[in-house]
Amino acid sequence: MGGKIFAVLIVIIALASAVPIIRHTFLGASVTPPEDISTHGKAIDEQLSVTMMEAGISFLVAQLVLGLFVWQFANRKGGATKRFPGGATAMVIVAFLFVGAEVLALGLAGSKAWGAVYFKPAAPDALQVQAQAGQFAFYFRYPGPDGKFGQIHPDKIDEGNSNFFGLDPENDIPARDDITSGELVVPVGKEINLMMHAKDVGHSFYVRELRIQQDFVPGLDLAVHFTATKVGKYEIVCTQLCGLGHYNMKSYLTVMSQEDFEKWLKSQSS
Amino acid sequence: MRTSNPCIAVAILILFPALMFAGTVSGKVTYTGTPVKQKPISMAKEPSCEKQHSTPITTETIVTGANSTLENVVVYISAGADDASAPPQAVTFTQKGCQYIPHVIALHTGQELHVVNGDQTSHNIHPMAKTNPEWNKSQPPGAPPIVQKFDNSEFISVKCQIHPWMHGWFAVLKTNHYSITGDGGAFTLPNLPPGKYTVTAWHEDYGTQTQDVTISGNETKSIDFSFKAKAY
Amino acid sequence: MSDMSMHAVAHAAPTSFIRKYVFSLDHKIIGLQYYALALVAVVTGMVLSWIMRVHLVWPNAPIPGLGALAKVGAPGGVVTPEYYLQLLTMHGTLMVFFVLTNAPFAAFGNYFLPIQIGAEDMAFPRFNMMSFWTTFLAFCILISAFFVGDGPPLSGWTGYAPLSAVGKDAGPGQAIGQSLWGISIFVFCIASLLGSLNFIATTLDLRTKGMTLSRMPIVTWAWFITSCIALLAFAVLMPACLLLILDRVAGTSFFIPAGLNVADHIQPHQGGSPLLWQHLFWFFGHPEVYIAILPAIGIVSHILICNMRKDMLSHRVIIYCMMAIGFLSYMVWGHHMFLSGMNPFSALVFSFPTLMITIPATIMTLIWLGSLYGSNLRINSASLFCLGFISMFVSGGVSGFFLAQPSIDIYLHATYFVVGHFHMVMGVAAIMGVFAGTYFWFPKMTGRMMNETLGRWHFFLTLIGTYAIFMPFHYLGLAGNVRRYSAFQDDFLIPLMPVHKFITYAALFTGAAQLIFIANLVYSRFKGPQASANPWECTSLEWSTPSSPPPFDNFGGQHPVVHHDPYQYGVKSSTGDYVMQTSPEQVGAAL
Repeated sequence: MGGKIFAVLIVIIALASAVPIIRHTFLGASVTPPEDISTHGKAIDEQLSVTMMEAGISFLVAQLVLGLFVWQFANRKGGATKRFPGGATAMVIVAFLFVGAEVLALGLAGSKAWGAVYFKPAAPDALQVQAQAGQFAFYFRYPGPDGKFGQIHPDKIDEGNSNFFGLDPENDIPARDDITSGELVVPVGKEINLMMHAKDVGHSFYVRELRIQQDFVPGLDLAVHFTATKVGKYEIVCTQLCGLGHYNMKSYLTVMSQEDFEKWLKSQSS
Repeated sequence: MRTSNPCIAVAILILFPALMFAGTVSGKVTYTGTPVKQKPISMAKEPSCEKQHSTPITTETIVTGANSTLENVVVYISAGADDASAPPQAVTFTQKGCQYIPHVIALHTGQELHVVNGDQTSHNIHPMAKTNPEWNKSQPPGAPPIVQKFDNSEFISVKCQIHPWMHGWFAVLKTNHYSITGDGGAFTLPNLPPGKYTVTAWHEDYGTQTQDVTISGNETKSIDFSFKAKAY
Repeated sequence: MSDMSMHAVAHAAPTSFIRKYVFSLDHKIIGLQYYALALVAVVTGMVLSWIMRVHLVWPNAPIPGLGALAKVGAPGGVVTPEYYLQLLTMHGTLMVFFVLTNAPFAAFGNYFLPIQIGAEDMAFPRFNMMSFWTTFLAFCILISAFFVGDGPPLSGWTGYAPLSAVGKDAGPGQAIGQSLWGISIFVFCIASLLGSLNFIATTLDLRTKGMTLSRMPIVTWAWFITSCIALLAFAVLMPACLLLILDRVAGTSFFIPAGLNVADHIQPHQGGSPLLWQHLFWFFGHPEVYIAILPAIGIVSHILICNMRKDMLSHRVIIYCMMAIGFLSYMVWGHHMFLSGMNPFSALVFSFPTLMITIPATIMTLIWLGSLYGSNLRINSASLFCLGFISMFVSGGVSGFFLAQPSIDIYLHATYFVVGHFHMVMGVAAIMGVFAGTYFWFPKMTGRMMNETLGRWHFFLTLIGTYAIFMPFHYLGLAGNVRRYSAFQDDFLIPLMPVHKFITYAALFTGAAQLIFIANLVYSRFKGPQASANPWECTSLEWSTPSSPPPFDNFGGQHPVVHHDPYQYGVKSSTGDYVMQTSPEQVGAAL
């Protein structure tokens, strides 16, 4: 009796688990990645879809077979015990061939998607923006008309005075025209090279629609580059536990037309 | 109605000189030169606060008024008056719209401070004290006021751990004779018995200035302070 | 009838209460002590998770009783942002170390490994006693963090530097709380190393006559392989914790680079690397998750074989798979660090063996399923939990497939997808293994049977409940729900609230269902029906002890002699359809 209950239950659980994946919603909420607005995201989304299909099929088959076998073979009335044809050898061969091939295929295909983000260097004419992550906000810096970033002085950081980067405009001329912003504003269709600096502890930069995530590591000069393909406002959230305000550490990626972006830059300079 | 005329008469006779002979120091705080422009604050990460301000607020390091007057200057008696004791009532510091209101408060050592959260978001107030113990406390929305005291006199820079742009000051003083300049840059220090006093004016960016003043009788002495604006 | 020979006893029988039940050298008592400690830890960890789940969906509502217990962390009963993270850190630390390393491995392993190989006790009974009490000391140090300073650390059970290394400037709990955490884990490592040494020496040296390595039951092998993994893993975590403590108190800079401005305090350190902590921690941390699951794999396989009345298609292949997993576990740690800033080429290097672990895991699953085919599986609470384990292991394992690929990890890293994955495949699956072991071995440990009806209710409610909690975590992750957030305020996350509410209700429901288990455990211990010496009719040596619970030297002054492989089921014999390992009778024809 218990065996049959288990079998039915496991089939119900397996099918019920698959429904939100197929329908992309659960309890009224959308449970699927948001629209991709990046140039490299398509490969990632395809990888995700293929994996979902393979994993989903494996999951369903395994749970259904488990349920079926328990239904058939639990608490039977007598009957000689049979042996699964092929025995353990068959299992080993199937696992190696089937899983091995699947794994190799996914691994190889996935490395291309990975490489598109991490092995391709930023274009030489990419727009350079610096991002600083510190407990508990992101700030962004544009070099201004002189095209040069001023020096960062951690001991000169004065957040109450909006000197988030610790610039010293009095003594450091390139710092004078640097534009600091609480939001990452970028022109659409242009490659952005985001240089990432951590002020205090580890943080991370995550924009779901951009299919980008990268840790800020104190002491390391990291950079990530991307091109946004659609105008709009998208959340940037911190995904590396950084202290009590981690849940509140966010900003916005605002993608504008080239024209609007230039107007925005000018308005920040004044 | 019969009052205890003799007691009141004696009290008035004794106190009369003090009441009659209590002077006031008042004046204005101004600046010379061109102060640095205040920068607009982006509250993008806290939409519930952002929408409380129709135009973005600016930093409040240098707040000026008409006729080159300077606000948020704490003017107080730094010598000459006896230390007095902390008044029983508390001083309130409010977090509203992701700002500290007021930007600067003054309180006596040992006087109660009440920190109130009037926002829909949690705040974590962090007075960056150096001679007093340094602490920070979270306050979820609707939490009761934080009650604290400071034992040492100190000018304490206050920040919010969660909202980095929030900035304020606690001027913890050994005296109850203080006045913070508002719009118009005026200050007034009443109820000063006759004597020699040192008056100190403190501004968070422009520093500290002192002037000596002598009060005799119940005169109002007028002194002004003028700070030099910094280029950066 | 078992064949016995005479040998001298390892240590004299204890007489005083303290020697019998407190500072006991007897591996059985030590095993029970580990189990009791794990029980306290799991209840504590579970309560912490309830507070966290309730806070997430009702953030401003005061939690009854919490205001009095946590005046600083939850004034008026409302959890502050830092307290949520402190609870999270303690939940993870308690569960991974004091539950998942303790219960399936230290508790059951200590109790049954010596018996299953025919020994009187562990090779080093004094070390064994020290191991437990050192673990207990580590537990006390960890729990003390709740009561000192501004509470426990908030850096997660992973304790990433520099957040964990710079001290109080980084936030509440990061002063003394974090130091206590580091010391507690350091002490725990000492205990684990002693325990692993004991298991290895015992398995290699104290097997009784006839007990060759290949005749050891699969669960004995699981404990042995786990101890080998643990020996290397904890040996790395221990110095890592020491370096962390030195950074915090001695001004060293192993993990802290120059120029950090933490809450307006410039840190005086320079030259350190936050990534070094991550490498050291995950070099331990990944093998650790296999330390958590391999004993459960062994327990479940062992119990299923007995209940199926036939051996697995090949229990030896399962043992080889466990060895392969143990070996591969040392090559994959970087899959926790794909986005950490390490060389992106390393990500591909780590991804490959991570994907390869799918192969032994699949072989095991296929063997379990294939063994069920044509069996005559007896359904009882223990075997039901074994089936639940297989289901959970598959579900949790399949989500690992996504995370093993760096390109997909770009999207899923640090989301609830990861949290769902490890809770299912490590947390729930291992706990199901522990439940299976409890129902199965309770008669041997106490001489009484647990109540079967309550056991089945416990199983079905737990199966439904844990799926209801953790399957939706994967949906949340796909939607981009970031983990370790104490509140959901973003435009992105607010629409997901209905899912979180569902999960919280499921968590409270499942927690309540565990009361059935506790009640069953306590009641059966004192009032359960008497158990026969071998109620499940199993072949391994623990069922051949002269009494239940076994006498202090396990076999009553005699040493068993082993004549057979561990799983002679489905064969004609004088006892029915099985031949015990210690039985001198010939194995009959297959039934």
